[in-house]
Amino acid sequence: MEEILEIYKTIATENVKVWFEAAKVSDFPKNGGACVKYKEKQIAVFNFERKNAWYACQNVCPHKMEMVLSRGMIGDQNGIPKVACPLHKKTFSLESGENLNGDLAPIATYPVKIEDGIVFIGFEE
Amino acid sequence: MKKVVVIGNGMVGYKFCEKFVSSEKFTEYKLIVFGEEPRRAYDRVHLSEFYDGKTAEDLSMSTASWYTENNIDLHISEMITEINREDKTVANHRGDTYSYDYLVLATGSSAFVPPIQGVDKEGVFVYRTIEDLEATEAYAKKLKAAGKTEAAVLGGGLLGLEAANAVKNLGLNAHVIEFAPRLMPRQLDKGASDMLQAKIESLGLQVHLSKQTQFIQGDKAIEGLQYIDGTELKVDMLVVSAGIRPRDEVAREAGLEVGTRGGIVVNQQMQTSDQNIYAIGECALLNSMIYGLVAPGYDMAEVAVNQITGGTSAMPEYIDMSTQLKLIGTEVASFGDALNDAKKDIDEITYENRRKGVYKKINVSKDGTKLLGGILVGDSSDYNSLFQIYINGMKLPEEPEDLILGSRGGDDRGLLGDVMDLPDGAQICSCESVTKGQICGAIESGEATDVAGVISCTKAGTGCGGCKPMVTDLTNAALKSLGIEIKDGVCEHFELSRQDLYKIIQVKGYTKFDEVLDNHGNGGHGCELCKPLIASLMATIHADTANKEYAIQDSNDRFLANIQRNGTYSVVPRVPGGEITPEKLIALGEIAKKYDLYTKVTGGVRIDLFGATLNQLPLIWKDLIDNGFESGHAYGKSLRTVKTCVGSTWCRYGMDESVSFGIELENRYRGIRAPHKIKGGVSGCIRECAEARGKDFGLIAVEGGWNLYVGGNGGATPRHAELFAEQIDNETVIKYLDRYLMFYMRTAKPLQRTAAWQERLEGGLEYLKEVIIDDKLGIAEDLEKEMKTLVNKFECEWTQAINDPEMMKRFNHFVNSDEEDDNIAFVPMREQKMPEPWK
Repeated sequence: MEEILEIYKTIATENVKVWFEAAKVSDFPKNGGACVKYKEKQIAVFNFERKNAWYACQNVCPHKMEMVLSRGMIGDQNGIPKVACPLHKKTFSLESGENLNGDLAPIATYPVKIEDGIVFIGFEE
Repeated sequence: MKKVVVIGNGMVGYKFCEKFVSSEKFTEYKLIVFGEEPRRAYDRVHLSEFYDGKTAEDLSMSTASWYTENNIDLHISEMITEINREDKTVANHRGDTYSYDYLVLATGSSAFVPPIQGVDKEGVFVYRTIEDLEATEAYAKKLKAAGKTEAAVLGGGLLGLEAANAVKNLGLNAHVIEFAPRLMPRQLDKGASDMLQAKIESLGLQVHLSKQTQFIQGDKAIEGLQYIDGTELKVDMLVVSAGIRPRDEVAREAGLEVGTRGGIVVNQQMQTSDQNIYAIGECALLNSMIYGLVAPGYDMAEVAVNQITGGTSAMPEYIDMSTQLKLIGTEVASFGDALNDAKKDIDEITYENRRKGVYKKINVSKDGTKLLGGILVGDSSDYNSLFQIYINGMKLPEEPEDLILGSRGGDDRGLLGDVMDLPDGAQICSCESVTKGQICGAIESGEATDVAGVISCTKAGTGCGGCKPMVTDLTNAALKSLGIEIKDGVCEHFELSRQDLYKIIQVKGYTKFDEVLDNHGNGGHGCELCKPLIASLMATIHADTANKEYAIQDSNDRFLANIQRNGTYSVVPRVPGGEITPEKLIALGEIAKKYDLYTKVTGGVRIDLFGATLNQLPLIWKDLIDNGFESGHAYGKSLRTVKTCVGSTWCRYGMDESVSFGIELENRYRGIRAPHKIKGGVSGCIRECAEARGKDFGLIAVEGGWNLYVGGNGGATPRHAELFAEQIDNETVIKYLDRYLMFYMRTAKPLQRTAAWQERLEGGLEYLKEVIIDDKLGIAEDLEKEMKTLVNKFECEWTQAINDPEMMKRFNHFVNSDEEDDNIAFVPMREQKMPEPWK
């Protein structure tokens, strides 16, 4: 099962080679997430409206390898923006990907940019 | 490194090791422990729980690795048969020798078997070790198979009654035979014994007092007891529990001083006549006494550890033998000088209530200033307070009888007044010898900040647990005295409690999460604790469904379905009261077939359809709604089912129409958001086939109406609902339930079921009755009005969702594709399917 994780690697903005046009801003719930398909990848994208920020990460939760993080609830813990997995409430930082309430492997995060009401996600390939 | 050899691995022997490990000088010593039983030390006090399904491992005092982790050599199934004091060595039954610098005898005791003719017959057992219990159990099975049912326990003391209960739990008729004219003769007087006897006889045990057994009847196996007075009792099994004898044989052979009636003589330092050898627990004769209780044994272990490591502590001249326990479901406690055997000139005050099965007695000094001792049977809830007053020599109230009768002048401060009035040295936990000073000290030093912290750093309450209420009171009082408020806030974003938030949202009329957070939060952006809570509050207060502001709804409420193992969902349509037409049953089957769903009847007797993908949910629901179904709210913190039995419409025993009433109630409360899920039950007669008393609210039809029960649940802490009102009509049931549920929704903590809420409600069930039935707070009308609004505004949230294209958007797995999640995999199982198991 772990091979699912292998295709997800955190990408820094400066390393982005492809900006993928995902969907319109209005297609995403405010202060919630939705899942974007890019090639064989599933990416959870969150519109953190209260912070005026967008976040993207792998949709697969490293706990039980299910494609569910986009359906999780977002919020913050001591100022760190986070998502809680809907299956067992494992929480992950949307910035560093770190598991905030356990010692699971960190999740991969991706850069997001908004241009003309369109959401773009950054990939290396 | 000095060697300490411990002979005996019972409760006290283990405690010695535990205390040694936590002593500062532990690393300078090596512990070698011998136990003759085939297993590690186990909790003999709770031995009878072995028959309730506890295993030897459950009863064990430590984990298997504890000894190795602490570098202690444990030799089990090894009996030490010889002590060589000159060489300072011991030898086991195989002749292996081990040297010691200090030797600790914790050999305990064995069951005393009186020299009655025939005690060696088949079917006679003692009650001491797990092996004894296994042998007894095996024999009891054999008896039952042969249709034999009678078993006697010789001895009506504390252990004998425990053994009798164990025998009864094996499915035999238990007879208790006691030589003295009363039960527990060392702890109870005649009045207390009578009350206890009445209680345990009402549970089906038989008590035979003033009986001395002459011989045991039977050829090979026991067939009966012949008493000296000429009478007899036919029994098929006998368990002897007539007292204990200290195990002093090794000490005796090694030339150590022993008492004339047994027991290894020790001084206050727990040293035997050889200064390098200590004896602790039930084998030690201290103050010319054998102490057959765990608490003094633990104290002896502590003194021995302290002495060996160079300390100066010693056992006191007077050792308190107060006990509080639950025997055969009856609370029994005895403290101080309970029996006045010395016939001193004192005042006895007794209270006896046969109806309730309660007996209380206190002995008070002639001048009325000192509590000398007492006995409690049937209700020992005042034991902790009385014991503290007694052991600390605290001042008595003007009228000492208030101690057992309660003050009748309206002053409701409790016996002790304020727990903080206790002296610092007052022992709160006698099992672990923890004082009030240690508990308050843990808080004052900052070591602990709550009850759980106090328990983990002082060990208070980890023995019998009887002191826990007092530990909690002390912890809270100590926190308060430091000016620390006991916080009730829901999470880091709100310092307010759920009840406060309820009031604020109601008064201010907030309809958005951000409004509540910005005006009343600590900054920040909310989290998975406060978001669903506020969503639920707004739904209750404004009679909304979960479709409002769906990003703050709990993950199941957001998709109006229950997420399962592989990220697929299950679907449960409402089937009110469990009544369903054949047409609807067929429709459910057809829909399940169409979408290839796994089907199962749920614990709440509805039909659950599993394995629906996010994209399928609206399609399935459209079909369900077309066939007349609506949401069952199985995913919500809201009413699940009202389970019903078939009632008087069909059942020949039924007293009322349980199905009709169950349907009415389920339809009344459906969809309403609450602090947690709510379940109901309606039974048509006292046979209670609907298991209504295991629900948050339950009704049982009786002559002249319904009996209403509230606050029950199954789950991890099962609790029966409590009788709230009797013989009331349908209209009154609804009135009370409207008020009760609304009051619960207003005041409970987040995710608190009615059972836990009711249990922690100050004033308990009586207070609840005053609020709901007598309207003491003057809120009944408001509660009813709020409930009526919720009932009238009900709307099926799935019907809402499938009719709104905007809402339907959320049921796509991808925001940029109509494809489904290709990660989902099923495997076949029993003609259906299941998710591929997690690795």
